[in-house]
Amino acid sequence: MEEQFAKTEIHKPENIVYKKTDLMVDRPLSYCPGCGHGTAHRMLMEVIEEMGIQDKTIGVSPVGCSVLAYDFLDIDMIGAAHGRAPALATAIKRMWPNHFVFTYQGDGDLAAIGTAETIHACNRGENITIIFINNGIYGMTGGQMAPTTLPGMRSSTSPYGRDVPTMGHPLKITELVAQLPGVYYVTRQAVHTPNNVRKTKKAIRKAFELQKENKGLSFIEIVSNCNSGWKMTPVQSNKWMEENMFPFYELGDIKVDGKLVEKKATAEKE
Amino acid sequence: MAKIKGDIVINTERCKGCEVCLAACPFTVIAMSKEVNSKGYHFAMKVNDECTGCTNCALVCPDGVITVYRAKVATE
Ligand SMILES: Cc1ncc(C[n+]2csc(CCOP(=O)(O)OP(=O)(O)O)c2C)c(N)n1
Ligand code: SF4
Ligand code: SF4
Ligand code: SF4
Ligand SMILES: [Mg+2]
Repeated sequence: MEEQFAKTEIHKPENIVYKKTDLMVDRPLSYCPGCGHGTAHRMLMEVIEEMGIQDKTIGVSPVGCSVLAYDFLDIDMIGAAHGRAPALATAIKRMWPNHFVFTYQGDGDLAAIGTAETIHACNRGENITIIFINNGIYGMTGGQMAPTTLPGMRSSTSPYGRDVPTMGHPLKITELVAQLPGVYYVTRQAVHTPNNVRKTKKAIRKAFELQKENKGLSFIEIVSNCNSGWKMTPVQSNKWMEENMFPFYELGDIKVDGKLVEKKATAEKE
Repeated sequence: MAKIKGDIVINTERCKGCEVCLAACPFTVIAMSKEVNSKGYHFAMKVNDECTGCTNCALVCPDGVITVYRAKVATE
């Protein structure tokens, strides 16, 4: 059926306007269908390809669904113990200051068990890039509540929804680290629509350029879906994310050129 | 007169049937197959001739299985 619509006359290498970058290893990703981790990986590798820094980049993978990132990203990678990626990245960057060093971490990794490493690497202003995938849940281990889980949000350990009086408030660790003087650039993005994907890529590019200039730490949060953990279809989960995650985890720049971005009053935005 | 034509090629064996690309296409070029691939997923497929090569579907595909072509083609 598909053949009838094929415009094979334009299938020439010079007419390719988009294909998966060769810096993604040609191997099926281990992620669930529709999971944003795959798109986030690809944008990261597109930036590394465009900057021509494949042999000068060292990534640190976390514990979480993206624990296998080193199997998919065709660059030097090292796996950190749960939450310790920023500490490991600190050591790597200090040993190889001319390399580009990043961590790729989930919210359970970065904002729960790794809180100390996150805050202190940020506070020291290590010249690294942190890519933080916030899906509001421990995806890998079966959808348990994370520090980032929204009030009222159901998870396998908060089956009636997160009850703030007993389970605490969700932690906006991104706003928290933005306060630290060592942190130079902080932004919150998403990868579920074409426009958001383009913005995320721009943000990653900016972070790597800043690392080249030794500006200090860049912190990119990507609010993403965990359709398996949220128990939704991928398309439903993206809609749920827009309706529930984005009002709490507002997209946009939080700190640029070492200065906190002033929040526009809600009235002004409307 | 020249016209811009686009086309996509989907690696259907690697498609996981998530349907995220469907919503991204401004011209409803993509729909899901009735058949399944060897992993058991219904896969994305072209269902009309309207592709402009905008790359939207390929950008949002988490598994990066869509390749997009675009060219100027002469028409009478
Ligand atoms: C020291 C240690 N404690 C706990 C675990 C179990 N564990 C594995 S992944 C994970 C949480 C992952 O969640 P997140 O970082 O949000 O990643 P996601 O899977 O959601 O992308 C936990 C608690 C572990 N592997 N090691
Ligand atoms: S469990 Fe969640 S975060 Fe992990 S691959 Fe599946 S959808 Fe993605
Ligand atoms: S390239 Fe654009 S027009 Fe063509 S199928 Fe993809 S989204 Fe639709
Ligand atoms: S987004 Fe990719 S994996 Fe998902 S249905 Fe479309 S082509 Fe398949
Ligand atoms: Mg998570």
